[in-house]
Amino acid sequence: MEPLLANYFPILVFIALAGVIASAMIGGSLLAAKQKPYPEKLSAYECGFEAFDDARRRFDVRFYLVAILFIIFDLEVAFLFPWAVSLADIGMFGFLSMLGFLAVLTVGFIYEWNKGALDWE
Amino acid sequence: MAAFFHTSFGILILTVLQALAIIVPVLLGMAYLTLAERKVLAAIQLRKGPNMVGPFGLFQPFADAIKMLMKETIIPSGANRVLFLLAPMLTFGLAVIAWAVIPVNDGWGIADINVGILYLFAISSLGVYGIIIAGWASNSKYAFFGALRSAAQMVSYEVSIGFVMVTVLICVGSLNLNDVVLAQRTVWFCVPLFPMFIIFFISGLAETNRSPFDLAEGESEIVAGFMVEYSAMTFALFFLGEYTNMILMSAMTTILFLGGWLPPFDIAPFNWIPGPLWFVAKIMFCLFVFIWVRGTFPRFRYDQLMRLGWKVFLPFSLIWLVLTAGVLVFMGWLPHVV
Repeated sequence: MEPLLANYFPILVFIALAGVIASAMIGGSLLAAKQKPYPEKLSAYECGFEAFDDARRRFDVRFYLVAILFIIFDLEVAFLFPWAVSLADIGMFGFLSMLGFLAVLTVGFIYEWNKGALDWE
Repeated sequence: MAAFFHTSFGILILTVLQALAIIVPVLLGMAYLTLAERKVLAAIQLRKGPNMVGPFGLFQPFADAIKMLMKETIIPSGANRVLFLLAPMLTFGLAVIAWAVIPVNDGWGIADINVGILYLFAISSLGVYGIIIAGWASNSKYAFFGALRSAAQMVSYEVSIGFVMVTVLICVGSLNLNDVVLAQRTVWFCVPLFPMFIIFFISGLAETNRSPFDLAEGESEIVAGFMVEYSAMTFALFFLGEYTNMILMSAMTTILFLGGWLPPFDIAPFNWIPGPLWFVAKIMFCLFVFIWVRGTFPRFRYDQLMRLGWKVFLPFSLIWLVLTAGVLVFMGWLPHVV
C-alpha cells in the first residue's frame, strides 16, 4: 500500500469498529428486551392531547439564513487552512492577499449585521 | 511473531487491537464521566449523589447500562425507520472515529495523518447530521424544533472554532496533531493565545450542546429536543455520543492549547510522570470545568446564544486571527516545519 494512504487505514478500522459496536448495542437491546408495542405507545410525543398533523411543516426562515451564513464562513475557514500552513513560504504577499479576501468578506458581514440577518427578536 | 505483524492480515489485527486500545478506555471513561458528573453536581448542590450501587456508587454506570439494555426500543409509527435507527449510530460513530488521530503521547496517534486538525474539524462538522436526521426521522414536533435549534447552534459556533484552529495553525505551521503539541514545548498556546483559548472552550460547550447552551434539549420547554422519541439503546447511543464528544472536545483543547502530553515544566519532578498521564489529567481538568459550568450557570436564551456566536465570537476571533498572522509575519516569527 502507498505509505500516505496506509496512514488512513486505521480510520477505516475505526469506522468499522464503531459500526459494529453501535449495531451490536441496538441489536442486543432488541433481542434482550421484551417488545410490546401498541398504537398509543408508538404515537409521536405530545403534551396533554393526541398528536395531530405532520411535524414536518414550515419553520422560521432565520434557521435557513443561519445555514447560508454558515456556508460562507465555513468556506472561508476552508480557504484559511492551507493559507495558515504555508504562510511562512508565501510571506508578505500571501498575507496581504488574504487580507484583501477577508476585507471583502467583512464588508458582506457588516452588511448582514446592519440588515438584521443576525438578530433573533 | 514479529514477522506475523508484517503480513497484511497481521497489520489488520494489529490496527484493530490498537483501535480497541483507544476505544475501550474512551468508552469506559465516558461511563465514569456520567458518574463523575452526577457526583460533582451533587457536591456543588451539597448532596451525596449516587452511592448505593457498589462502593461510592462506582458500579452505577454499569447498572444504568443494563437498565437501558433491558428497555423496549420504541420506533414511532410516523417515523422513517431506517433513518430513525441510523441517526444515533451516526452520532455515536462520529464521536468514536475522531479518536483515530488523537496522539496520547509523542507519536502515539494511531492514524498519524498529515491533516489531523482538518480531519477533526470535518468529523465534528458531520455531527450536525446525526441531530438533523434524528429530528427529521422522528416526525415529532418537539424533535423537529429541537433538531433545528441544535443544528443552527452547532453550525454557528463551528465557525469560531474554525477561526481559532486556524490561529493555532499559523503558530504551528503544520496540520499534524503531533507537530501541534511539539510546537508548545517552550510555552503552551493557552498563554500567548489566551483569548482564543477561552473562545474555543466556550464554543466547545456550545458545540457539544452542553449547559449553559443546552437549550436544544431544554427540558423545561421542548422536553429533550431531538431525542424525545428515542428510548433504550438508541437513546443510550445519543448519550454515549454526547459524552464521548465532551471527552473529545477536552482532548482537542488539551492538544491545541494545554500542551498535550507535555508536562507544565520540563524539570525534575514533572517530567518523571509519563506523557499519557499528563494528557489524561488535562482532559479530566477540562471535563471538570465542563461540569462545573453546568452546576453554576443558568441556561442562555436563544437570541443571546446567537448574538454571542455571531456578533461577539465571530468578529473577535477573526480580528485576533488577522492580528496573530500580522504579528508573526512582520516580526518574522513564522515557524518553518519541513
